[in-house]
Amino acid sequence: MKAFEYAAPSTEAEAIELMTERAGTVEILAGGTDLVGLMKQMLVNPDRVVNLMEIRSLREIEPTPSGGVSIGAAVSLEQILDSHYLDPYASLKQAINNISSMQLRCQGTLGGELCQRPQCWFFRGGHGLLGDDGRAVAQGDNRYHAVFANAGPAKFVNNSRLAPALIVRDARLRIVGPSPDAEQWVDLADFYRIPRHGEQRENVLRAGQFVSHIELPDPGSFQCATYEVRQGAGPEYPLTAAAARLNVQSGVVRDAKIVLGHVAPTPWRSEDAEHELIGKPLTAETIEAAGLAAIRLATPLSRNEYKVTLAQVSVERAVRMAAGLPPGGF
Amino acid sequence: MADIQYSWPDRDSSKVIGGRQIRLDGMAKSTGAAKYAYDINLKNMLVARALGSPHAHCTIKSIDSAQAEKVPGVVHVHVLDHAKPGREIRWQGELLVIVAAETEAAAMEGVSKLRVEYEPLEVFVDEFNLEAAKKAGRTSKDGGKVQLEKEPGDDEDEATFADKELERLFKQSAHVVEGFYGIDAITHCCLEPHGATVYWDNDQLIAYLSTQNVSGTDEGFANDLKIPADKIEVRCQYVGGGFGSKFAPDYWGTAAARIAKATGRPVKLMLSRDQEFKLGGNRPSAYLKVRLGADKDGVVTVWDSDHWSSPGADGPGVPQGVIPYVFAPKNYRRAVTKVTTNNGPARAWRAPNHPQGCAITQTAYDDMAARMGISSYDLFLKNLGTDDSPGVAGAKPSVYAAEMEIAARLIDWKAKWHPHGKGARRGDIVDGLGMSLHTWGGGGHESTCTVKIHPDGGVESFCGTQDIGSGTRTVCAMVLAETFGLGVDAIRINYGSSRFPVSGPSGGSTTVGGVSESHRRAGQEALAKICEMVAEKLGVPAAELIADDGRIKARGDAKKSVAWKEACAMLGMKPLEVTATFRPSRNKSPLSDTKVGGVQMAHVEVDTRTGLIRMRKFVAVQDMGLIINRRLAESQIYGAVIMGIAYSLFEQRISDPASGAFLNADMSKYNLCRLGDIGEIVVEMYEPESERSRGVIGLGEPPVIGPGAAISNAVCNALGFRVPVLPLTPQRVLEAIKNNAGRA
Repeated sequence: MKAFEYAAPSTEAEAIELMTERAGTVEILAGGTDLVGLMKQMLVNPDRVVNLMEIRSLREIEPTPSGGVSIGAAVSLEQILDSHYLDPYASLKQAINNISSMQLRCQGTLGGELCQRPQCWFFRGGHGLLGDDGRAVAQGDNRYHAVFANAGPAKFVNNSRLAPALIVRDARLRIVGPSPDAEQWVDLADFYRIPRHGEQRENVLRAGQFVSHIELPDPGSFQCATYEVRQGAGPEYPLTAAAARLNVQSGVVRDAKIVLGHVAPTPWRSEDAEHELIGKPLTAETIEAAGLAAIRLATPLSRNEYKVTLAQVSVERAVRMAAGLPPGGF
Repeated sequence: MADIQYSWPDRDSSKVIGGRQIRLDGMAKSTGAAKYAYDINLKNMLVARALGSPHAHCTIKSIDSAQAEKVPGVVHVHVLDHAKPGREIRWQGELLVIVAAETEAAAMEGVSKLRVEYEPLEVFVDEFNLEAAKKAGRTSKDGGKVQLEKEPGDDEDEATFADKELERLFKQSAHVVEGFYGIDAITHCCLEPHGATVYWDNDQLIAYLSTQNVSGTDEGFANDLKIPADKIEVRCQYVGGGFGSKFAPDYWGTAAARIAKATGRPVKLMLSRDQEFKLGGNRPSAYLKVRLGADKDGVVTVWDSDHWSSPGADGPGVPQGVIPYVFAPKNYRRAVTKVTTNNGPARAWRAPNHPQGCAITQTAYDDMAARMGISSYDLFLKNLGTDDSPGVAGAKPSVYAAEMEIAARLIDWKAKWHPHGKGARRGDIVDGLGMSLHTWGGGGHESTCTVKIHPDGGVESFCGTQDIGSGTRTVCAMVLAETFGLGVDAIRINYGSSRFPVSGPSGGSTTVGGVSESHRRAGQEALAKICEMVAEKLGVPAAELIADDGRIKARGDAKKSVAWKEACAMLGMKPLEVTATFRPSRNKSPLSDTKVGGVQMAHVEVDTRTGLIRMRKFVAVQDMGLIINRRLAESQIYGAVIMGIAYSLFEQRISDPASGAFLNADMSKYNLCRLGDIGEIVVEMYEPESERSRGVIGLGEPPVIGPGAAISNAVCNALGFRVPVLPLTPQRVLEAIKNNAGRA
């Protein structure tokens, strides 16, 4: 680990000020379950670390005037599980419960979970985020890599386990900085991007900016679920995952939103799967068709074709669970 | 004094032996009071970190440490001999340069400032692919054996005869199976990495080494450092996992001693986590192609296999001797090829070669059962043979048969078994049963123990053994407590120093046999001396005295007794010291024995759409002669089964085909099973008098051998076809389902 400056501001404004470019490279600490490991392996070597955990406004869960809920970026995952404001968002809690590590849930925060760096083993092995312009992944062992949107140099997968569940709920993010009073709202669905060169990261945050809050709209009368293909009961990342949001009236799907996780460099929305569901009666055939549609655009790499099957099954099972049916498998 | 007849008390009169004494160091371990080599922090100590080669195969062109030496806090930079310019490096992670600094962070920063120029060389790590290995010139013949009931004629060429004879035997076989089976390389994954904390006291080296070999590693330091072994003390009270990988100081241990010498300060050098994965040891892979033929009853009479195995860059692969495993068909040909790769060299891994042998051959036997449409249980039973004419080379057929019966009852085999692939389906889930047999030696190693009895009644022992987590300390205390008729708490056990009497390395399940021998022998001899003194006082022949319940008593006359303390007071001013040695020999010792057998059965569920496998239940039935501590013995088996589930379903060293990099050399990416993944584990000790009377036999290795085959067979029973290579990851299960489309 390289020596670094440490700052623990108590307000957003102080945090923004501390993130000035004059400080050199700055990393945000919001729990540290990912950042500390990256720093110890010297994959990330900030000159300054700004800890958001002392900022009170970022540690609160509050109802919003429009019937939704605002969650501070430094709220721990365990706090979310404990909050009755979030009871109506059961699929979010379901996704958090899948992170079967008490330590990760207590120490990890929502902002940190959404901004975690990819687990790609070439990135973590010191080959850079795009691993030799994509060649390391393309020619190497890519069993856990992207099966969608992988034509460019970025072939890692976004590893957030909560983003799919939040995107189907139309979550928005409040981003602050780099100037002291700058504030913008971004749909979580638009937060992630696929980097094209080594200078870019996996989201739209610019230097001096950080996520301060995550806002969920009114829960509405949707049925939501998250399904993950987890090889074991531990906190390891799932192989694939899907979140589904359904609005079913008289047995017919009026509206649907499907987002997959761990299959592309960003959370991956499948409009193809949604089209297969909308306007159809919610039958086994419809669900199967949605699963098939979800993988229509899949472009597996040399060693990860099985993930296409898993993506398909994830969508089917997420939809089944959202519809109140048993998933059919583990 | 008459010759002492070494013996164990019988089952009914044992007070301590066979009980469930909890681990004496359990509290220290669970509270963190226990100090491992990694926990030893000495005054003025330097922390060392090392640069490992980023390339799996390269030549070192140059090393520049100037910038590293300038990092604040860096005190010493040590370039290892094998990393000098021009040297070839053959696996990723091989240590090149060590930086010792005031803090770990400074050492790490120093490492990051080292400038090394490499000339990358061609890499080969695809050990699974025999054809590619041949093409790359990475294969070599590694032995083999042919045994046929018929012998060639005088003028017949042996190889040609074997070809013909095997063909004839296959033709006359009622059933023939051809198959491919494999098991990938895994690493030892010790939670405490390899390494040492060392310091010099003038010309004496004291090394706190994480080791399985306290009495043998001082020689390792001595040879490398060219100093007399009597100037070295190796200490190790606790080891955070070894599994066969920690028998030597290793070059990084002696490098720590050199740096300590050069700087005049204590040095701690433990491998980093990724280095531990890359250098700390791994278990060779093994892949096998086989044809086997059976008679109409399913008794396999002919076996013809070719297998290949990779120990990485160096070391032996899986030999022909474990092929097929336990079963011993009358006719066989087994050929072996070794594949050399750019991975770190293999080290002994719990029951070396047996888990691989079991996993790649008892699966073939199970496929024979599937081919015949009969229960694997029946086929395994038929192939056991009889005690007079065994079909197995392991424990006695009657022991296996008895253990199979117990295991079958515990897993409810009869009710739950279904023909392969014909079970009921629950949604996308199917279930299946599988089994396996194993064997191991486990005879005690050479061990010397000194027992010291103080005039105040205190008892302590000294032995240069180690407790690698199996409970050696507790076992030694129980043996002496039983011997002296005292409580376990009255005994002080001293081990973990190479200054103590020599005891063997903890490998091959030899420790419990060795230390229970030496402690019992020294204990019985010391007790005889105490009894001689008491005999005079009580007017009872010494041979009629026994130690029981804190007293020395006349057998059958409760009135004639003295308290233990009173008896010891007769020693006067000086303690009694007795040293005894056990040396294994061909003659059976009355206290210990060798050779055990065990039966394991698995019940699994498979999700046919995701390829996920869940353990429902696992049954392990095991014989181990006389059980000293039932709780610790069970604990060994639980641990072994969990380790077995891990290598069956999760664990795998993943090497990048392009760069040779060890991609998952990290606890977050090297998958292991968690408590939620192991299902219900049922452990049953097989200890009838016929086994108990054999004496103590080691248990560390045997129960880790069978899970691979048992679980693979259960998955095959569920699906109706084989997923050929362990670990059975979702990817492999889905690929097998695809290859057998329509059958799942």
